Amino acid sequence: MNKSIMIVGVGGQGTLLASRILGSALLDCGYDVKVSEVHGMSQRGGSVVTYVRCGEKVASPIIEKGEADIILAFEQLEAARWIEYLRTDGKVIVNTQQIDPMPVVMGAVEYPDGVIDALRATGASVQAVDALPLAVEAGTAKAVNVILIGAMAKNMELDKEVWIKALKESVPPKFLELNLKAFEMGYNS
Amino acid sequence: MKKLLLGNEAVARGLYEAGCRVVSSYPGTPSTEVTEFASKYDEIFSEWAPNEKVAMEVAFGASVAGARSFCAMKHVGLNVAADPLFTASYTGVNAGMVILVADDPGMHSSQNEQDSRHYAMGAKVMMLEPSDSAECLDYTKRAFELSEKFDTPVIIRETTRVAHSRSTAELADRVDNGLKEYIKNPQKYVMVPANAKGKHVVVEQRILDQIAYCETEAVENGLNKVEYNSKKIGVIASGICYQYAKEALGENASYLKLGCIYPLPVELIKNFASECETVYVLEELDDYIETHCRKNGIDVIGKDAFTLQGEYSQSLIAKVILGEEKDTLKTDVNIVPRPPVLCAGCPHRGLFYALKQLKVTVSGDIGCYTLGASQPLGMIDTVLCMGASVSGLHGRNLADPANAKKSVAVIGDSTFIHSGVTGLINIAYNATDSVVIILDNSITGMTGHQQNPTTGYNIKGEPAAAVSLEKLAEAVGIKNVIVVDPYNLEETKNGIQTALDADGPAVVISRRPCALLKTVKHNPPLKVNKDKCKSCKMCMKIGCPAISMKDGKAQIDFTQCLGCNVCSQLCKFGAIE
Repeated sequence: MNKSIMIVGVGGQGTLLASRILGSALLDCGYDVKVSEVHGMSQRGGSVVTYVRCGEKVASPIIEKGEADIILAFEQLEAARWIEYLRTDGKVIVNTQQIDPMPVVMGAVEYPDGVIDALRATGASVQAVDALPLAVEAGTAKAVNVILIGAMAKNMELDKEVWIKALKESVPPKFLELNLKAFEMGYNS
Repeated sequence: MKKLLLGNEAVARGLYEAGCRVVSSYPGTPSTEVTEFASKYDEIFSEWAPNEKVAMEVAFGASVAGARSFCAMKHVGLNVAADPLFTASYTGVNAGMVILVADDPGMHSSQNEQDSRHYAMGAKVMMLEPSDSAECLDYTKRAFELSEKFDTPVIIRETTRVAHSRSTAELADRVDNGLKEYIKNPQKYVMVPANAKGKHVVVEQRILDQIAYCETEAVENGLNKVEYNSKKIGVIASGICYQYAKEALGENASYLKLGCIYPLPVELIKNFASECETVYVLEELDDYIETHCRKNGIDVIGKDAFTLQGEYSQSLIAKVILGEEKDTLKTDVNIVPRPPVLCAGCPHRGLFYALKQLKVTVSGDIGCYTLGASQPLGMIDTVLCMGASVSGLHGRNLADPANAKKSVAVIGDSTFIHSGVTGLINIAYNATDSVVIILDNSITGMTGHQQNPTTGYNIKGEPAAAVSLEKLAEAVGIKNVIVVDPYNLEETKNGIQTALDADGPAVVISRRPCALLKTVKHNPPLKVNKDKCKSCKMCMKIGCPAISMKDGKAQIDFTQCLGCNVCSQLCKFGAIE
């Protein structure tokens, strides 16, 4: 049985690192893995999405509408943008952080209210994580991605040690302690 | 050893294992990482060239000298390098020469959706197309062997989803057979008409030999692959479309997977098609394989049922072939679009705001600064291709000389070196009062921070000769050269106005390193003093993603703000501190 996980967010939030850690943890557990990333133009503060798929044998590296088992959203509007991609019985782990897109910054439209409630109303299973304050508590606002990786790890049937090993391989040694702390905080959130 | 590799990383690994010695490329999404990863192997000499034409000629020279060589580029880069490509097809190679071209169906980061398979056919050069990272590695090694076997450059074609997907690949050791001897041979390497006429005959025979290879040996060694399952549906595919088809149809279809897409076999396809009830050609962009099938009287379903635009996917294939669609969740949340924007602290922002105040027409170019076209700045009038801002402005000013006093070209440092400098020479030589602004942010930004000839560092980060943009402009005959700091709005505006007022052409260098460079030190984030803020929204006119309105007052996101102080220069009430 293949599993499909989407990691969505805003360019610059560290979604790529999250997908790399997830990919290497899954590979370590013996799965066939494919990860599809987006580089280039859309990284500049635009909406970004990364697909991670695993199973006995994976063909396509992308995830289409109605196919994702889990969506890990780094920002709430991005969770809503990609909700159609979730299986009807899937789960959304959503950071409650709001980042205004340019049309909101310019005052052309309002940032929508009640996004988390609207996500729940779709019938999807929703776990909301207030990752920014947790990251600041861990030591830096930049650790939002690792907090969210921790929250996702709790929802996957992999040993915690596998995650910690993947994290160790992916972050510079001098930031390891901070990242391990952030991971634990996310895991227990 | 099995590793999870990015497609582009796997190509670089293939270069290493194949004993490749020289790599020369110009960055371009989605091809850039191949050369970045190649530069990490000490056994390979890697470099960033000023443009793709130079890169391909470097690879050609290295091949003639006897080294296995390589160059990589995005699809539009192959247009720039088309000149050496078409004739390198005639000369052939000494040691193997491989060219990677990365197409971008869906235009994730490109200005058009060109299908580079036509180049293989046009230049009569063999082309392979991998479908995952394992094949990226394997096909790169095969490409060198085929290049030497058939005495031809070989192109590897990727698409974004192969270049930028990670999947597993098996690693092997490097085999380096050393430098091949160079033997002087003007009939082969000097393409004057008398020699080229002879070589054209060779090229046509080579294609026939390659077709024979594709029908037989390539099937035996798995480059072209037939998989029979249910014969109700037959799929002819290559690259990522093969993976989508396997995902959508599994064992409910039979497959002819073409690893070599130029030249295409005829009998192999005919035999496969005759075994299957209904045959589909699955290929993104143009009807390249489909046309080949029709030309050879093979009945297939292709673009009539699918599309010439954008990407394919497993769901598109399931919908068209099986009539199946997945249930989806719906929400009534107003999904506000989130287009890419200039980063907080981006030096281009101040420049574009100054241009907006000057109400000029702007010839744009390719790079991060193309985002100056987006609202609320909206300050770019045209974008065509690398370098076209400079040459296009000259044309505009020839057609309407009065335009010269109210229009400029904007071009980044790397793009200027790529192909802006020739346009600037034309401006000086053929004398229009054109104003060219070089946005010198000390790096090639859009493709993810590559060094270039203006930065003073090479691909490995070692010190290198640096082009002086000021001296270059003077040397080609530009008398008015002005340098401004785009973080200083008044200085920038005045500098551009002086250039517009000057007699003769002018170059303005807007100089400030990219805010994302690790070497750049930032000021602490700015804050809005809510008591002083009069809610005039002046600070929002620069389109900084760190600034928004909260409860009627401006606020600055401390996680994004880099303290560039451009917004504070707009606040008449001194509310930004």
